[in-house]
Formats: sequence, C-alpha cells, structure tokens
Amino acid sequence: MTIAHEIIEKNGLIFAFLVIGLIVLVAEIISRKIFHSRIPGSAIAILTGLILGYMGGFLTGGEKGLADITLFKGIGFFGGAMFRDFTIVATAMGASFYLIKRSGVLGLVSLLAGIVLFFFIGVLIALAWGFRDAASICTIGAGACSYIVGPVTGAAIGASSEVIALSIGTGLVKTIAVTIFTPIAAKKIGLNGPEAAMAYGGLMGTSSGVAAGLAATDPKLVPYGAVTATFYTGLGCLLCPSAFYILLSLFF
Amino acid sequence: MNIYGIAVLAISYLLGQWMGEFLGSLIGIEANVGGVGFAMMIFMLLKEWLVKNSLMSLEMEKGIDFWNKLYIPVVIAMAASLNVKSAISSGTLAIAAGTLPVLVSFIVFPSILKTFKPKEDDHSA
Repeated sequence: MTIAHEIIEKNGLIFAFLVIGLIVLVAEIISRKIFHSRIPGSAIAILTGLILGYMGGFLTGGEKGLADITLFKGIGFFGGAMFRDFTIVATAMGASFYLIKRSGVLGLVSLLAGIVLFFFIGVLIALAWGFRDAASICTIGAGACSYIVGPVTGAAIGASSEVIALSIGTGLVKTIAVTIFTPIAAKKIGLNGPEAAMAYGGLMGTSSGVAAGLAATDPKLVPYGAVTATFYTGLGCLLCPSAFYILLSLFF
Repeated sequence: MNIYGIAVLAISYLLGQWMGEFLGSLIGIEANVGGVGFAMMIFMLLKEWLVKNSLMSLEMEKGIDFWNKLYIPVVIAMAASLNVKSAISSGTLAIAAGTLPVLVSFIVFPSILKTFKPKEDDHSA
C-alpha cells in the first residue's frame, strides 16, 4: 500500500490524468443513461469537480480543494493557471480572427458594462449588509468582479484582512455561479454564437467561470468567450482601486 | 512533427503572457492584463500565416489539437482544485454578492447583444 502511495505521489500529474479520465467516463455514462444526453457530460463532470473540490476543502481545511490531499496534488497542477491558459490559447485553433476583430466594439462595451454592473451591485449588497466605510464597500464590490480584483483592490486601498477574505469568497462564489448557471441560461439569453460568446465573456469576466460555463454549453464558443474575459480582471484591477474608489469616497 | 505545432502554441503563449505583464506594469497594476487574449491573437495570426505559406502540416495541427481537446479535462481539474468550501462558508454576503450580479447580467445580456452586435449584412468573409 505504501509503495502504491509513493508511486502516485511521485507521479502526481499522471495520476491526475487517470482520475480526470475516470470522472469524465462516469459523467458521460450518467449523462447518457440518466439524462438521455440532455445535460452534457462535460457539465456533469465540471459539477463533479466542484463537489470534489468542496470535499477536499472539508477534509483538509486547505485552500486548493481536492488538490490539498497529497494523493491528488497532481490535479492542482493539471488544473492550474498554466495548463488552463495554455489550453485556452489552443482553442483559438478553431476560432476566426475575422469574427473577433469584427466584434471588437461589442466585446469592449460588454467588458465595461460587466465591471460597472458587478462592482455596483456588489457595493449595494455591501451597504445592505451594514458596511459604511469606502474601503470595505469598494473591496467587496471589487470582489464581486473577481477573486483577483477583490484582494488587489483591498490591498491597494488598505481594507482590513477580514474584508479582503470576504471579497475573495465573493469572487469564488461568482466563479461557481457562472460555471453552474451558464449552461442552464444559455438558450434563454441567446448565447449561441461567436459574437454572443464574446459579449458574454466580457460581461461575466471570470476567466475560470466563463471557460467552464462555455465548455459545458458548447466547446466551440470557448475561444470567443475567453478572448474578452481575459481583459476583465486587468480592467477591474485598474478601475476599482482608482476611479471607483474615488467615486465612493465622495459619498462615504 | 507534432512538436512544431506545440512550439508555435508555446511561443504565442509566452509572447502573449509577456505582453499582458508588460501592459499591467505599464498601467501600474500587479496583474496580467489580457495575456491570454494577446496570446490567442498572436496564435491566430501565426496560424494564418503558416497556412497561407503551406507550412502547416497535418502533424503540426494534430499537436495543437491535442492541447485544444485537453481543455475540458483541465477545466474539470480546475473545478476540483477551487476553494469551494470557503466560498460556500464565507457567509450570506459573499453568496448574495457573488450570485445576484450574475443573475442581473442574464437579464441585461440580451439587450447589450441586440444593440452592439455587428450587422449580419456586413459582408461576412
């Protein structure tokens, strides 16, 4: 048993291939047999991933979900930023540069709309929960944009560490919400083509959420969503601690 | 050779990341601004150039396609390594502020799309 343990620990990434392969297999079977393919296998697999992530956090108290269990460390590497971004770039293989150029304005508008919308709804909710100082309100609003914008903003304007932690939690909830709700809402909101995916990526922002949500909706849309979503966090980190913070400090 | 395709992907990725970091430091924030987006555009331009000059072999395409197809498994692994527990246990405020704007976006999305979507009769190439 200890030898098996050792082999897996030494070959974490390879073991991750096996584990993810099994998850996909089981999800595919569930999709076909139980849901008659009405819910795509990839959506079930991603949801399974989230549940396993929860269980990992529950068992270890760590921050990296299942990857905090030493046996599954390779999953954290396989699902880390490097592979995520590299494979997203590879999805551009099937994308058309012409379409992306043509929808540049749509992408830009939805980016700005997305950041303003998420930030100010976050601000309203922070107010409703009784926060009254500009730094805390601004950090929570930034957290509603993404789990990176939140702490970057909080650190820049000197929010307390509790509020920064709260903003990270908010951003994580957003990522998970986008992951789960995208395939459910896609049809109703007209998310069905490259232009729509570009607008969606800009509006929602969270690269991980958009990437996972679109993967479960229609993998062909992934590159278009990703190409705008990738600018969201940077733009959010730019606007939240500067213009938005100054605006808020006029009132609080 | 497969590796040529992967190398094209790698150079696009690295250049894009570098541009993203550079843009980030230019506007004075500690974040990568659009690195993946730049990488995708560099990659698409390189790909088009290679195809036009008949330098893109089937093998190269297969090398790139491998990583393209690996994308969903990576996303599953990513989902499994998210801090889901802390997200759910960070309280009602985090859940409200994380979910409500997403739902509002679903309502706003169709009108943004309708207003700014490029016209179909723009002579699509």
